[in-house]
Amino acid sequence: MITYSFLQHYWWFLISLLAGILSFLLFVQGGQSMIFSLGKTEDQRRLLVNVLGKKWEYTFTTLVTFGGAFFASFPLFYSTSFGGAYWVWMLILFCFTIQAVSYEYQNKPGRFFSTNTYRSFLFINGLLGTFLLGAAIATFFTGSEFTVNKQNITEFGGQLSPVISQWDNPLHGLEALFDVRNWLFGLAVFFLARTLAVLFFKNRLNNNEIESRLHKVLAVNAVPFLVFFLAFVIWTLFADGFAVKPGTNEVFMEPMKYLNNLLQMPLLLICFLVGVVLVLFGIIKSFLKDSWRKGIWYAGAGTIITVTTLFLVAGYNGTAYYPSTSDLQSSLTIFNSSSSFFTLKVMSLVSLLIPFIAVYIFFAWRALESTHTSIEEINEKDSHAY
Amino acid sequence: MDLLDVSLINWSRAQFALTAMYHWLFVPLTLGLGIIQAIMETIYVKTGKEEWKKAAKFWMTVFGINFAIGVATGIILEFQFGTNWSNYSWFVGDIFGAPLAIEGILAFFMEATFISIMFFGWNKVSKGWHLAATWLTIAGATISALWILVANAWMQNPLGMQFNPATVRNEMIDFWSLLSSPVAINKFFHAVTSGWVLGAIFVAGVSAWYLLKKREVDFAKRSIKVASVFGLVATLLVAYTGDGSAYHVAQKQPMKLAVMEGLYKGQQGTPLILMGIVNPAKEKYNDNVEPVLVPLRIPKMLSFLGYRDFNAFVPGIQDIIDGGYTTINDTTKALSFEQKKMMGQTAINALKQYKEAEKANDTTALATHKAVIDANYKYFGYGYLDKPEDSIPNVPLIFYSFHLMVVLGFFFIALFLVILFYDYKKILEKQKWLLWVALFTIPLGYLAGELGWIVAEVGRQPWAIQDVLPVQAAISSIQTSSVQITFFLFLVLFTALLIAEVRIMLKQIKKGPAEY
Repeated sequence: MITYSFLQHYWWFLISLLAGILSFLLFVQGGQSMIFSLGKTEDQRRLLVNVLGKKWEYTFTTLVTFGGAFFASFPLFYSTSFGGAYWVWMLILFCFTIQAVSYEYQNKPGRFFSTNTYRSFLFINGLLGTFLLGAAIATFFTGSEFTVNKQNITEFGGQLSPVISQWDNPLHGLEALFDVRNWLFGLAVFFLARTLAVLFFKNRLNNNEIESRLHKVLAVNAVPFLVFFLAFVIWTLFADGFAVKPGTNEVFMEPMKYLNNLLQMPLLLICFLVGVVLVLFGIIKSFLKDSWRKGIWYAGAGTIITVTTLFLVAGYNGTAYYPSTSDLQSSLTIFNSSSSFFTLKVMSLVSLLIPFIAVYIFFAWRALESTHTSIEEINEKDSHAY
Repeated sequence: MDLLDVSLINWSRAQFALTAMYHWLFVPLTLGLGIIQAIMETIYVKTGKEEWKKAAKFWMTVFGINFAIGVATGIILEFQFGTNWSNYSWFVGDIFGAPLAIEGILAFFMEATFISIMFFGWNKVSKGWHLAATWLTIAGATISALWILVANAWMQNPLGMQFNPATVRNEMIDFWSLLSSPVAINKFFHAVTSGWVLGAIFVAGVSAWYLLKKREVDFAKRSIKVASVFGLVATLLVAYTGDGSAYHVAQKQPMKLAVMEGLYKGQQGTPLILMGIVNPAKEKYNDNVEPVLVPLRIPKMLSFLGYRDFNAFVPGIQDIIDGGYTTINDTTKALSFEQKKMMGQTAINALKQYKEAEKANDTTALATHKAVIDANYKYFGYGYLDKPEDSIPNVPLIFYSFHLMVVLGFFFIALFLVILFYDYKKILEKQKWLLWVALFTIPLGYLAGELGWIVAEVGRQPWAIQDVLPVQAAISSIQTSSVQITFFLFLVLFTALLIAEVRIMLKQIKKGPAEY
């Protein structure tokens, strides 16, 4: 039986899955942050740009769809977080805006900015885009300062603002940077993106010089990723979490809430562990065996599973997924922030097309990636090379 | 609770307008050029002639340059609904969010996937596969336009929803009515075909430049022929759907129609003003100053366009504010601004009392207040307005934008007809004057599109959602200074990127299609 609660859970799952896929596709951003350091010559940098350039739109589209799906399924989050944490989201948008033109324009005659400026845009997107997205997502566990009062909208004709969601910190989102745990997750996402990028390059490139550097670069990025990720996860699992009392819907602080969630939902615990193991397997085997190129698929799948699970832990089992530290009762749950039953039902029907979309993406991806990419190929065979 | 800052509303509107206007510089060319290059590639696949492949590849390069910056501006637009219009996002997010999400799922992935095949797949997939990818890319762009225009049409003509006082938002009850709304369907075809027109103008203008320079003559003649046939069909479709737009505006947004025509006092058999000068001496909606100087009129035409009846009554701005009139489609007397404002305030007050009753768990009071809300909800948004003037959009801006857009539309039809005539006579390249006109029409194509959106969006002010939510109740609670900073940040960024785009395009055009 399709109930309202089922659809709210279903849409939180889809949001979580999109977040997982987005985290995987951030390898594009990770790669962008290494264009200058990994590519020592112009040819090598061009090669890196071109292998990433065939994929950047997937990441971009997933981000846009993530936003659109969040808007449609949990509009109170969209209005509260985007309208409140204004500066964090604006900075993220800025980072992605400068990315969108940088591939296409960087080597075209008349480009106005230099090639290196466009590559710096890509670098900024890779550095700040990943870190800020990670820090913003970490607030799902650490909380933000806002209040929600729907009665505000009845203010008219006077001087008071009729806005339902009010952000209580004048820094409008930048205050998230004063929380160490947000930094930990932001840095974890940044280094994860770079680690995945190394595995992607290993899989796609046909260039001995760059490949000879990947081994070291993998270690340099994978170790800090693991340190920051484990620090965030362990801290979060043992910290107080934002729980919702069944029946009354009262939000309260519960010790070790997120650990309890994993233990009370063993399937998620298994998924989480499988995801982490896949990421570790992809990284470690790639490190140990130079000729093995499939690490991106294992680590990528592991990333999707792990991040999806983290999101599910934040929203399922009576948990406020977007908690307010100013007013606990303003915290957002998948129940009080979702769209109506009817809208979720309509959207769910549309979501049945997702497997079809996944299939054509798979075939299109395969069609373009039948061979490894070399400098000769982009210089001689590819008329649209960047 | 923060204090209401009026300048915040204006800066939020300015930022949205800035982003939307930049975005609309790039999207229509994507829609139009996409079809033209797909037609050329289809001819290549059918005939096997390499010249058509060259032509298609050249226009694809231009398409790619333009597409990238369209993507860059598009992401800001989507997220601004949340960042700058937070109340809006909750109040109607249940309805408005769905088309945006569906756009992402159905259209953006299609575009993103097949555009990579289109650009990088020439040597990697078969001819047929590549052609399919080209058509699917433009299909994705067009489907994307469909969903965003469905959402936009719903803001102008809200339907398929009901207000839920418990959640304090509008909730969707009929998705099909959103999608099949005549306003939405017309808006989709009007906006998309206007994009086709711009694509055709662009290709014709650039080809004219080659002919003037006596360069790439064969390529230019092929391109200008395809563009002109396509452009003529598109402009006729734009004219047809433009008529549909005027008809729907008359029914759903009579104030917008009145402002478009500078009509203050309606009459039966209202003439259409072809051109005139808005009288700067007219300061009040109800003074007796003539609103339009030296008007050039077609008798009874506005009545016909708006109501399909030469003798129909078309209400003017003053009629709409004073109320008390009827139209051939609605025989109940129209309410005045004051009556609507009273109803809006009654609904808002009833909502306040409803929320109090909710806290007190008073089910009887809940039912009573809900009944009051339901009875008055149609004009909920008027409760936030102060005086009648608040409900009038900027008359000179809308009047001139509308009339200039229409004049340009007819000029485009004439241009394509003349080009095709000379092409048929095989003496096109000798008509230097015509080639210059075609070249200098490119900026006019962009101008016409922007004017159309000014009419559509500024013309519906003060409403974010027609009659239900004015912009001052739709905003986010942020500092004005924050919006000012981001406004200028985006202004500088978009302008720099636009300069880059134009320079790159000009260089590509100067290089020509030879290298493809």
